[in-house]
Amino acid sequence: MSGPRPPSLPVDGSALEPRALDAAVHAALTAFAEAGDFEGLKAARLAHLDKGPVAQARREIGALAAEAKAEAGKRVGEAMDAVRAAYLGRVEALEAERDARILIEEGVDVTVPTGRRPLGARHPVELTMQRLTDVFVAMGWEVAEGPEVESEWMNFDALNIGKDHPARQMQDTFFVDPPDGGLVLRTHTSPVQIRSMLTRTPPIYVVAPGKVFRTDDLDATHTPVFHQIEALAIDTGLTMAHLRGAIDHFVRAMFGDVKTRVRASYFPFTEPSMETDFQCFVCRGADDSCRMCGGSGWIELGGSGMVNRKLLIATGIDPDIYSGFAFGFGIERALQLRNGVGDMRDIVEGDVRFSGQFGMAV
Amino acid sequence: MRVPLSWLAELVDLAPAARGADVAQSLVSVGLEEEALHGGDITGPIVVGRVLTVEEQIQRNGKPIRFCAVDVGDHGQRLTDGIAQQIVCGATNFDVGDLVVVVLPGAVLPGGFMISARKTYGRMSNGMICAEDELGLGEDHSGIIVLSRYLGQSAAAALTPGDDAIELLGLGGEVLELSVTPDRGYCFSMRGIAREYWHSQGSPAGAFRDPGIVPDNPPANLNGYAVHLTDGTMIDGVRGCDRYVARIVHGIDPNAPSPSWVQSRLTQAGMRPISLAVDVTNYVMLLVGQPLHAFDLDTLSGSITVRRARPDERLTTLDGVERVLHPDDLLITDGGKIPLALAGVMGGATSEVTETTTNVLIEAAHFDPVSVARTSRRHRLVSEASKRFERGVDPRVADDAAHLAVDLLVRYGGGTVDAGATDVDLTTSRAAYPLDVTLPGRLVGVDYPRARVLDILRQLGCTVDDPGLGDTVTVLPPTWRPDLVDGPDFAEEVARIDGYDRIPSVLPTPSDGRGLTHGQSVRRIVADALVGRGFTEVLTYPFVADDFADTLGMPPEDPRRSAIRLANPLSDNAPLMRTSVLDTLVDALRRNVSRGQRDLAMFELGLVTRPSPGSSHTAPVPGVSRRPAEATIASIDAAVPAQPRHLALALAGDAELAGWWGPGRAAAWSDALDAVQAVAAALSVPVTVEATEQAPWHPGRCARISLVDGTLVGHAGELHPAVLTRLGLPARVCAAEIDVDVITAASAEPVRLAAFSTQPVALTDVALTVQESVTAAAMQACLAQAAGPLAESVVLFDVYRGEQLEAGQKSLAFRLAFRAPDRTLTTEEVSRLRDGAVAAAAERFGAAQR
Ligand SMILES: [Zn+2]
Repeated sequence: MSGPRPPSLPVDGSALEPRALDAAVHAALTAFAEAGDFEGLKAARLAHLDKGPVAQARREIGALAAEAKAEAGKRVGEAMDAVRAAYLGRVEALEAERDARILIEEGVDVTVPTGRRPLGARHPVELTMQRLTDVFVAMGWEVAEGPEVESEWMNFDALNIGKDHPARQMQDTFFVDPPDGGLVLRTHTSPVQIRSMLTRTPPIYVVAPGKVFRTDDLDATHTPVFHQIEALAIDTGLTMAHLRGAIDHFVRAMFGDVKTRVRASYFPFTEPSMETDFQCFVCRGADDSCRMCGGSGWIELGGSGMVNRKLLIATGIDPDIYSGFAFGFGIERALQLRNGVGDMRDIVEGDVRFSGQFGMAV
Repeated sequence: MRVPLSWLAELVDLAPAARGADVAQSLVSVGLEEEALHGGDITGPIVVGRVLTVEEQIQRNGKPIRFCAVDVGDHGQRLTDGIAQQIVCGATNFDVGDLVVVVLPGAVLPGGFMISARKTYGRMSNGMICAEDELGLGEDHSGIIVLSRYLGQSAAAALTPGDDAIELLGLGGEVLELSVTPDRGYCFSMRGIAREYWHSQGSPAGAFRDPGIVPDNPPANLNGYAVHLTDGTMIDGVRGCDRYVARIVHGIDPNAPSPSWVQSRLTQAGMRPISLAVDVTNYVMLLVGQPLHAFDLDTLSGSITVRRARPDERLTTLDGVERVLHPDDLLITDGGKIPLALAGVMGGATSEVTETTTNVLIEAAHFDPVSVARTSRRHRLVSEASKRFERGVDPRVADDAAHLAVDLLVRYGGGTVDAGATDVDLTTSRAAYPLDVTLPGRLVGVDYPRARVLDILRQLGCTVDDPGLGDTVTVLPPTWRPDLVDGPDFAEEVARIDGYDRIPSVLPTPSDGRGLTHGQSVRRIVADALVGRGFTEVLTYPFVADDFADTLGMPPEDPRRSAIRLANPLSDNAPLMRTSVLDTLVDALRRNVSRGQRDLAMFELGLVTRPSPGSSHTAPVPGVSRRPAEATIASIDAAVPAQPRHLALALAGDAELAGWWGPGRAAAWSDALDAVQAVAAALSVPVTVEATEQAPWHPGRCARISLVDGTLVGHAGELHPAVLTRLGLPARVCAAEIDVDVITAASAEPVRLAAFSTQPVALTDVALTVQESVTAAAMQACLAQAAGPLAESVVLFDVYRGEQLEAGQKSLAFRLAFRAPDRTLTTEEVSRLRDGAVAAAAERFGAAQR
C-alpha cells in the first residue's frame, strides 16, 4: 500500500471525547451511504474504518488511566461496531445493485423464433391405429398381423367369399400376376382372422390393424390403399350381446359416451350379421342441420356379426364348442370423423404439412 | 329397390297415418337399408304442355337457349286469352308440337325448390320445362321429358295441355328407395317388401295379402308350347334351368297402351313405360319378383330349347350389342338352333316384342343364380332380371307370375289366352333342417322362449315340424328364402324379427392378454425415436414403375429387381410392388419439394415385397369344408412372398435450420447415418459401420450398417447424384433404409447392464497422422483394443487435412478416457496405456503422432 498517509494525529485523547466520537461515527456512516460504487466505498473504508478518528480513538485508549479504560473501551467498541456494520451493509447493497443490473443487462427477446431443428411428427393413420389398438390391448386383447400380399384362400375362400362373389372380380381386387396364381393384395384385414384361427387356440381375442387395397382411383373420398382395424373373438359362449358390448366400448373410447343402435345386415363371413350406428357425438341428435351426422343424429359405424360357422370349420375350430364375433372399422373414416380430415388425398400424398399438424397426438 | 308407398299399402296394412319416413324406419328395423325417400314434397301446378313456338339463340358460351311459347291449358297465361306461357329452356331435344311437362310458378320440386317466374337470358320465364331428374323420376338430365317418347305415342295421344302431370307421372306419392343385401333376393319385389313390413308390425293376421298366390291360375297342361330343358355343362352339378313356364296370348292390339296405373307405378319404381307387353312383364316382376320375358311368337319357328352356348356362337342382345358367347352361358334357343336370349340376363333382338307384335309368348323360368351371375359378369351386362336371378328367385312363383301377366295382356290388350300352359318343372323340394330351438338364444344372447322361436319361424313362412320332445324341431324354409340353410341363419331371423334392439350389451372379458409383441413395440420405439430427431412420418403407395430399378441405378444382378407384378394395376406406370420403402418415399419427397418445402426430414415404416427368385408364387386354393392339411397351409404360406418391414428415411435441405442465430447446416450423409444409429441406440442394439457401394447411394458416401455378427441392417448415406437427377430431386439428398425385422430380432433379449465405474476418469488426447485410406472406424478399433479394458471410451474428435500434412494424409485426433473399476489411475499408468495404443496404431497403420 502506498500513497500519502494521513497526518498522524497526536495522542492527546481528544478523539475519545464522546462528542468527537459521535461526530466520527456520523461522518463514517455518511461517507459509506454516499459511496456510489465499490471504489468510493473502498476510499470511505480507508478513511473511516481502517484509519480515521474511530481507529485513532481506539489507539488513544492505551494512554488512559487504568480506571478510565473500561468505560472508554466500551464506547469506542460500540462506535467501531456501528461503523463496521454500516460498511458491510453498504457492501451488500452495492452487490445487490450490481447483480440486479447484470440480470437486466442479460435479458433477451424471448419472442424470437427458436426452432433450429425441424420438428418431427407421426402420421395420423398410424397414430389412430395405435390409439385404437391400445383400447383393445387394455381390455386384454392381442394384436395380430398378416401379409399385405395375401393368398386368395385367406382373403376370400376361407372367409366364405366364393368364386362368384362380386368382390373377387378384377374391378375390385388387385391380383398378382399371373391372375390365376392365387395371390392378391388383401382387400380387407379379415384374412388376419383366418390366420389367427389357424395358428392360435381358443380363446382368441385379437385385433388386426393394417393396410388394405381396392382398385379405386384416388379422389377426395376414395383411395386404393387405405387402413382398417378389425376385432375377432373366439371363445365358448360368446353371443351377439358380447359383440355389442365390445363395439360399445370401442365407440366410447373413440367418440365419448354415446349410445349405439343395431340392425340386421349381411356379410359372407358373419351369420348373424349386424350393422351398427352410434349417436352423433357432436349434436347427439339435437341439431337438424348438424354437418357431422347430416341431421339424422346417428353415424354409421360399420359391419359386424357372429363369425360364420363356415369360417370355424375351414380353420378347424369346432363350431359346436366355440362361437365368435368380428367387427371392423375404417381408420380413414375415424380421421374423417374425429379430426376433420376431409380429403383422402391429404392422407396419402405424403405432404409433411399434413402429418406435421398432429405431432404425436391424434 | 324403389317402393311406391301407395302400392305397398295395397299389399299390406300400413300403420295408421304412417308416412314414408315411418315406413322406412319400420323396414330398417327388420334389416333393410334406407337409401332415400322420394316424393311427397312435390306440389303443383305441374301440367302437360304443348310446345307452340321455339326461338333458339346461341349464347356467348356457345350453348343454345330456347325461348318457347307453351300451351298450358287453363293455367297461367291462357292461350284462350291470346297469350301462351313464355318459358326459357336450355334443352334442345324437343320440337314444336311436342307434349312436355311444365312446372308453373308456385310449384315446389323435390328438395323444396320453389319455382317462380324469373328473368333469365334477358326474358321472363314463367316456369320451366322439366327433365326426369328434376322431378325425382330418375337420374336422366340429358334433355327434357317428351311425353310421346316417355309414355308412348298412344298414351300421349290421349293427353290435353293443362292435364295434371303429378297424377299422370305418379309424382305425388312417396317412394322409398331401399338397398337390399345380397342374401335377401326376395326383397327385390313388392311382395317381399310387403312381407317384411308385415313382420315389422308383428305379423298381424290378415294384414298381408300375398300377391304371389293367384287362386284362378289354371293348372299346366301338355297342350302348350314345346319346351326342352337341356344342360350339357352344369355348373357345380346344378342345372342352369330347372323350371320353365310358357304361356301364349294371341291377338293383342299392338297400339293398346298400358293402363295409366301400370305406367305410373313403373315410373315411380324407376322404370320407363315402353309398351303394353313389356310394361306388363316389368310390372309383374316388380310385384312378385319373377323376371318375365315376352317373345314375339311369330318370330319363333321351333320349340323353346334351353341349352348352353356353343363355342363362337353369337347373339345380339336387346341393347344392340353383338356378344360372343361362352360355353358356360345358358341360352334360350329357337329349336335348339337359333339363340334367342341370354337366359335370365337379356333377350335377343330377333325375337323382341315390337310395335307390330300381336302374338306373345310369356316366359317365366327359374335359372341357377351362379350361372346367371357368371354370364352377367362375363358380358358386363346387369339387368333387372339378372339382379334378381343372381340373388335367388322363388322357384314356385313362376306359374303365378306368368298368369298375372297373361291376365293383364288379355284385359288391356284385348288378347285371347291360349288354352295350352307349359310348365316344365324339374325343381325338387329342399330338405328340412333340424334346428336346435335353443341355438338362437345361445348365439344372440337373448332368452327366446321356445314358443317365440317357433312362432317367428312360422310367420316367416317356414313349415315347422315340432315333435314336442327335446330341443330339435325340423324346419322347412319357404321357397323364397334360399338363404336359410344353417342354424345361424335361423338364429338371425329370430333376432331380426324379435328385434335387434333387444340384444343387450355385455363386455367380454378375456383374461390372458400379453400386450404388444416385441415387434409391435419396436415399431413404436423406432418411429418415436425418429420423430424426436425431427423426422416426419408419411405413408406412400407401395406401387412402383417397371423401370424403378434402372432409375435407382441398381446393377443387373441386384436381387431388389425381383418384384411382384400386379395383373391389374391402377396405372400402367406403376405395376410393381416396391422392394424397398425408399423406392416410393422419394416420390413423397419430390412432391414436398415441388410444393415449396425446402428443409425436409421424412420417414416411412412399411412392408416391402421380396419374392424369392425362382419361386412361382402360386398359392393353392383348397376347399373350405374342413381345415386344410398342414402341408397345404404350409404351401400357401410358402407361396406368399416374404414381406419384411422396412424403415426408409430421407433428408433434403438443411438439417439444422437457418435463422436469426446464423446460417443453417445442410443435411449430410452423416445425418442419415446418425438417424439409423439413433434408432439402433433406442433399441440398445450395437451396430457397426463400414463403407460400401450400394445403389441408389453415392458410391463414396454410403455406409453399410451391420449387427456385430455381420448381419446386414441397412444402408445410409448420400444418394447418387445421377439417381437424384433421374428422380428430379435436389442435389445432396441423403437417405437410409433398414430392415426393421433384423433389429427387432436383435433387440428381443432383455438389455443386460454392463458395470460402470464411479472412480475418477483420466482423459488424454492423441493426434495420429495416417494415409487417407485408413478409416476412422479401423483406427478407433485398433486404439481401443490396444488401450485395453481400462479404456472406457476412444472417440474421434477431430479430423485435419492441410498444409502441415503431406498430400494423401490426414490427422485423426482421438480422446481416450481411462478409468479403473477400483482405484484412481496414476499419470504413469495412463501414459503407458496411451503409448501402447499409439504404438499399436503405428505398427498397424504406420500412424505417426503429431
Ligand atoms: Zn350430429
